[in-house]
Amino acid sequence: MSLITDAWDYLTTWENWTGANGLTTATFDGGWRFAQDSIIALTLEHLWMSFAAVSLAILVALPLGLFLGHVRRGGATTVVVSNVTRAMPTLALLTLFAASAIGYGNTAVILAAAIFAFPPILTNAYTGMADVDPDIREAAVGQGLTPRQVALRVELPLAIPLIAAGLRTSTVQTVATVPLAALVAGGGLGVIVNTGLATQRYGQVLAGAIIIAALALTIDFVMSRLQRAVTPAPLREAAATAA
Amino acid sequence: MDAVPNPWFSWDYVERNWSEVSEQLVIHTTLTLQAILIAFVIAFPLAVVARRIPRLAGPIMGVSGVLYTIPSFALFGLLAPFTGIGRTTVLIGLVAYALLVLVRNIVVGLQGVDRDVVDAARGLGYTPARMLFQVELPNALPSIIAGLRIATVSTVALVTVGVVVGYGGLGQLMFRGLQSDYRAQIMTATLLCLALALVLDLLLALAGRMATPWLRRRAS
Repeated sequence: MSLITDAWDYLTTWENWTGANGLTTATFDGGWRFAQDSIIALTLEHLWMSFAAVSLAILVALPLGLFLGHVRRGGATTVVVSNVTRAMPTLALLTLFAASAIGYGNTAVILAAAIFAFPPILTNAYTGMADVDPDIREAAVGQGLTPRQVALRVELPLAIPLIAAGLRTSTVQTVATVPLAALVAGGGLGVIVNTGLATQRYGQVLAGAIIIAALALTIDFVMSRLQRAVTPAPLREAAATAA
Repeated sequence: MDAVPNPWFSWDYVERNWSEVSEQLVIHTTLTLQAILIAFVIAFPLAVVARRIPRLAGPIMGVSGVLYTIPSFALFGLLAPFTGIGRTTVLIGLVAYALLVLVRNIVVGLQGVDRDVVDAARGLGYTPARMLFQVELPNALPSIIAGLRIATVSTVALVTVGVVVGYGGLGQLMFRGLQSDYRAQIMTATLLCLALALVLDLLLALAGRMATPWLRRRAS
């Protein structure tokens, strides 16, 4: 079928990987951006945007979830937050941001992706801390540990498996969200699919989709390894059922 | 130059364009319901098989897990060259994503059925089919309804990504609002999306309550 040979040709043409003029393009203000015709550059841009979004989400959600879980307050709020974000279309937030003062481009995408990366980290950090066996907590208090020590030396280590599971969910989800950037003039691997659709080169569409899917599955695999590595062996069974 | 007014919301826009807005709302709603219905029809037998033949549980969950991990943008891109641009492509994608949530919740529901209840039914001479529909299914209903609610709400949000192949329901309005830089259009579509998700979620919760009267009796 010509479609599949077209996709194969696209993937096996070296210039599609390196770009016609290198990995970066100069911008008018003297800076640079990732070349939009190179698979390597778009992958790097994709990873950078995902990393920025997840880092932003971690920075806000992790301390908040750990604290709320430690004092066991605001459980209902975390549930509401995750339910509302499930109903909120990513495209809606993306287009609203792009139409606002933030403007088109990668910043709107990173902010929108960060907001969607937020709930899994928050909920899992909260649940991990709050659901620690009360007997364990009491034993720690009975041994004279301060609340701070209970949080950092008892609750946190026991919450690590769930926190790692939340991190995996939100990372994979972010890598899957970033392709939408192509719709608001941003970069990342969605550009390949979007350009292909616009120019009716369906072989390129197929190739771009395969690259994105492969990247998402790879990231999921890497994160699952990471999750396993930070989870102590006796807790693995429990983490598998909770995720 | 006078700035063109670009409000975040305008009743005037909604009234003037109601025929277009309602048309996309209807597309959005029917697409969601159709996808959930098809996904359920596929997921139910899969879940029953996964429950009855544990050896197949791994592959069934694995395949639906991989489908779920593939980004929606990429999945529509994978399908578009074969199924064309339009409704079919979006529908297949939506079904693929709803599958994992539904299969998982049905399996969890069936696993959660009290063994004593199953043993009692077997002792009464229930056939496997009767056991499934009259004993296991009613007991698994709360988990199944929970799965349907999650799948439906996510599907409402996911339909919008259909703009990639030109068939995104209310997503079309968002995208067009962005292209013509008209905020009220984006906001209207966003609010309708959230409202649709809320209404469908409440209807399913209500249906779930009516289908499991024994749970309320037990509570009171």
